[in-house]
Amino acid sequence: MPSIAKPPIRHPALPVNELGLAERDYEGAMSTLCAGCGHDAVTAAIVRALWEVAVPPHMVVKLSGIGCSAKTTAYFLRGAHGFNGVHGRMAPLATGVGAANSDLLLIGISGDGDSLSIGIGHLVHLIRRNLRMIYVIENNGVYGLTKGQLSASADVGSTSSKGTPGVIQPVDPMLLGLSLGATFLARGFSGDKAQLVPILKAATAHRGLALIDVISPCVSFNDHEGSTKSYRFTREHDVQVTTTDFVEPRPELLTAIGPVGITDLTLHDGTRVRARALPEGYDPGDRDAVGAYLREAHDRGEVATGILYVDPSRPTLHELLRVVPRPLAGLPYADLCPGAAELERFGES
Amino acid sequence: MTATPWAEEAAATRAPQVNELALRIATVNGTGSSSANNLLMRAIFRMGIPVSGKNIFPSNIQGLPTWYEIRVSGAGHTARARNPDLLVAMNTQTRERDVAAVRPGGCVLWDSTSPLERAGERGDVTLLGIPIARMCAEEFHNPRERILLQNVVYAGAVTALLGIDPAVTATLIDERYRRRPRLGEANRRAFRIGEEYARQHFPCPLPCHVEPMQATGGSIIVDGNTATALGCIYAGATVAAWYPITPSTSVMDAFTAFARRSRRDPMTGLSTCMIVQAEDELASIGTVIGAGWAGARAFTATSGPGLSLMQALLGLAYYTEIPAVVFDVQRAGPSTGMPTRTQQADLLAAAHASHGDTAHILLFPGDPAECFDFAVRAFDLAEHFQTPVLVLSDTDIGMNDWVVPRLRWDDTYAPDRGRVLGAAEVEAAGEYHRYADADADGVAARTLPGVSPAAAYYTRGSGHNRLAGYTEDPDEYREVVDRLARKHAAAGGWVPEPVIEARPGASVGLVTLGSGGPAVREAVEMLRAQGVAADCMRLRGYPFPEAVFRFLEGHAFCFVVEQNRDAQLRTLLLESGAGSERLGSVLLYGGEPITAGEVSDAVLVQLRRREE
Ligand SMILES: Cc1ncc(C[n+]2csc(CCOP(=O)(O)OP(=O)(O)O)c2C)c(N)n1
Ligand code: SF4
Ligand SMILES: [Mg+2]
Repeated sequence: MPSIAKPPIRHPALPVNELGLAERDYEGAMSTLCAGCGHDAVTAAIVRALWEVAVPPHMVVKLSGIGCSAKTTAYFLRGAHGFNGVHGRMAPLATGVGAANSDLLLIGISGDGDSLSIGIGHLVHLIRRNLRMIYVIENNGVYGLTKGQLSASADVGSTSSKGTPGVIQPVDPMLLGLSLGATFLARGFSGDKAQLVPILKAATAHRGLALIDVISPCVSFNDHEGSTKSYRFTREHDVQVTTTDFVEPRPELLTAIGPVGITDLTLHDGTRVRARALPEGYDPGDRDAVGAYLREAHDRGEVATGILYVDPSRPTLHELLRVVPRPLAGLPYADLCPGAAELERFGES
Repeated sequence: MTATPWAEEAAATRAPQVNELALRIATVNGTGSSSANNLLMRAIFRMGIPVSGKNIFPSNIQGLPTWYEIRVSGAGHTARARNPDLLVAMNTQTRERDVAAVRPGGCVLWDSTSPLERAGERGDVTLLGIPIARMCAEEFHNPRERILLQNVVYAGAVTALLGIDPAVTATLIDERYRRRPRLGEANRRAFRIGEEYARQHFPCPLPCHVEPMQATGGSIIVDGNTATALGCIYAGATVAAWYPITPSTSVMDAFTAFARRSRRDPMTGLSTCMIVQAEDELASIGTVIGAGWAGARAFTATSGPGLSLMQALLGLAYYTEIPAVVFDVQRAGPSTGMPTRTQQADLLAAAHASHGDTAHILLFPGDPAECFDFAVRAFDLAEHFQTPVLVLSDTDIGMNDWVVPRLRWDDTYAPDRGRVLGAAEVEAAGEYHRYADADADGVAARTLPGVSPAAAYYTRGSGHNRLAGYTEDPDEYREVVDRLARKHAAAGGWVPEPVIEARPGASVGLVTLGSGGPAVREAVEMLRAQGVAADCMRLRGYPFPEAVFRFLEGHAFCFVVEQNRDAQLRTLLLESGAGSERLGSVLLYGGEPITAGEVSDAVLVQLRRREE
């Protein structure tokens, strides 16, 4: 859905967030994706989520690799720096940005090709490092930009637009994440903004890596009968494992809500995320049970969505490496150079 | 080979050689010889004599041949010597070849515990047999010590044979084993056994020996990788990412050690730099680029195979104009090649790393002191020109001990962070476009994330115009890449000037870079003794400064002396505008540090051929 370029003039009646910004202040350039592409809907959900949590746009960095999905970082948050790198290497670039400036909120948009084929090694290690970042995989089961080859997330039996079925086992980023000790795993559907927005908002409050797999159909190459990444298939097989309410860190509100049947996840900044478990007893804190559930759901042909797993306790990269929490890029040079006197002492003579 | 007894006459016929000698120690790796070898080198250094130590070792943990070579030169020549005066032949596998290399009239110290086998016929060398293994077996009970201390026994013998001051070696042993007194005692005993045996059985010192000098005051012993790491600390680097690879690994080992000491936040004890051991070299350079983009001084260290993996991302950094510093400690390629051997064969791969029209700034340190200086300059240049800078050293510089002037620091140094706009500047200007306002050198101002919404821009490795917008328009595309070419050319005025040593009337020029310097300078002297007047020039940066071309034009013929098969430096010079008719090559690429003799021989042969 190519959006129409909008003038920057704001209507006085537009609702604004805590920063006094309208939702369109979180938008970006006009999309050049195919009309109906799932990725544009994800962009819209990101705009909404960031606007609602009122992140200062310039404190966000948008990162991506190459692909149709990667292009979308140009389509939101024009007030943020964006870095559209090379295919499959978003994670290392993000690691560097996060290392240099821990104050920034990193949002990476990747594709299933970008993350699960060429860049999977980097994704694996990014998960292990638990860098603070929101990492969205716009998962359409194909390489959109190179015109529809099946990707590593294509299910066995799911057909390409040319009719060839996938024969090789798919990679499920959620199961991959679980096995690596990911600290925040969620799956959404581009066709369900109401579910995706609170997931994204919860991700902004997570202090480690938030990996979000969004089924985002490619209308040009993978939305046909026989595809398991089409709008129709996803709608018909979507099982919402949890529904998410994002709760601002306001203690009085929290006490007002009863705990019965609800999992409250407290994130590091005191933000509470309420995940209402729909299948009886689904516990997004129980790694083994979540893994078993996801495998079974996949075998049943279901697409389990919602916040699937959260572990807010694990340390982040900065904590693991015992690095100061302040942005390294901002440290004054005088604090970094040991000086001439120290060098005098160096070396045997 | 028949064991020649010590012949007084043979010794007397040779003029005594003071402070001009080469010692080669042939051992098997994993036997713990390096600390004994190091002891000898350091002792000579402490006697005030110019010395260099070169470790020629296999890509293996235990059991393959290793050599350690000490060159002593009162005249200050530190290149590897072709033929040793004294060989310590501890490796029976290589003994025949090792003995064959000894200078006529030289000596071979060998372990006479078992009789000599497989050694070549050399009537012109003196064999000095010491029953090293037997004496160790008698003196020491621990089996591991028996092996280890054999090295200390030969070190003791060499000390006596070469006239090294035993007080100095004693101090070095004391310093080394201060915290392990029992081991120290065993070392002292083994050392004494070797020393006494030599004194009792051979006339010590040998005609070629050392005598104290005062030529190393104000100098230190350091290897290039350690100096590089220290340079990164002084440059203010805060992000380092790497993937282990010989011979660059010790850069990060040293950086980690220095950072532990000098990069602690006084309040919290937390580190003020982040060192990421990445999953591969794509990740390490990617992390460096991300950090550089976000405003940190960031670097990685690698070698050939890693440089190959970095290509795509180096092209990204070049095209999107992001500072990054890469230390490539070159080893012998292609492919895995000879990982512990030295070469200068990454020049073209580095100069044009990545596909498309890509050209990088290169620095070529010639010794560890320059590794320190150029590390700092690399960050300045990378940020000034907003582009990757690759610093190319090699195994010889990176991993060997060199005697260099004490490293100095000027406390008034201020890092060149390049054109970076802050919030106030951007907001005052009202409008910001990443590539729009290039200066005379082709450098446009950048902004860092997190500064101001007005500073935001979109970095893309795809076609972009001066406003940083996506483009496929030929003119817009060309405008950007032509500016990049201008920027690269401008860097020629900023990289370190070549080091030129010229004499009036010399018509031949020797051109080299990096670790080729000492051998080429010594070759100039050898050539002079043969009646050939030659000048030399050591290149230190690419794009080449003007002075490089003036030197080439000022000589009837120049030889480019480099350590690769394909004349890569010569290619780079030709590509940069040098004329091909008067530019020859001396290519020494066997993987061992080069010697002056090889250089001067090759030059003489070619000059003779040109005359014919
Ligand atoms: C190193 C490299 N190899 C191949 C390509 C070509 N390429 C561009 S995008 C793409 C796949 C994109 O698929 P995906 O990440 O799933 O994104 P989508 O377009 O489906 O959103 C490929 C193979 C490239 N740009 N770089
Ligand atoms: S090709 Fe597919 S993924 Fe790419 S823009 Fe079109 S619909 Fe979206
Ligand atoms: Mg895809």
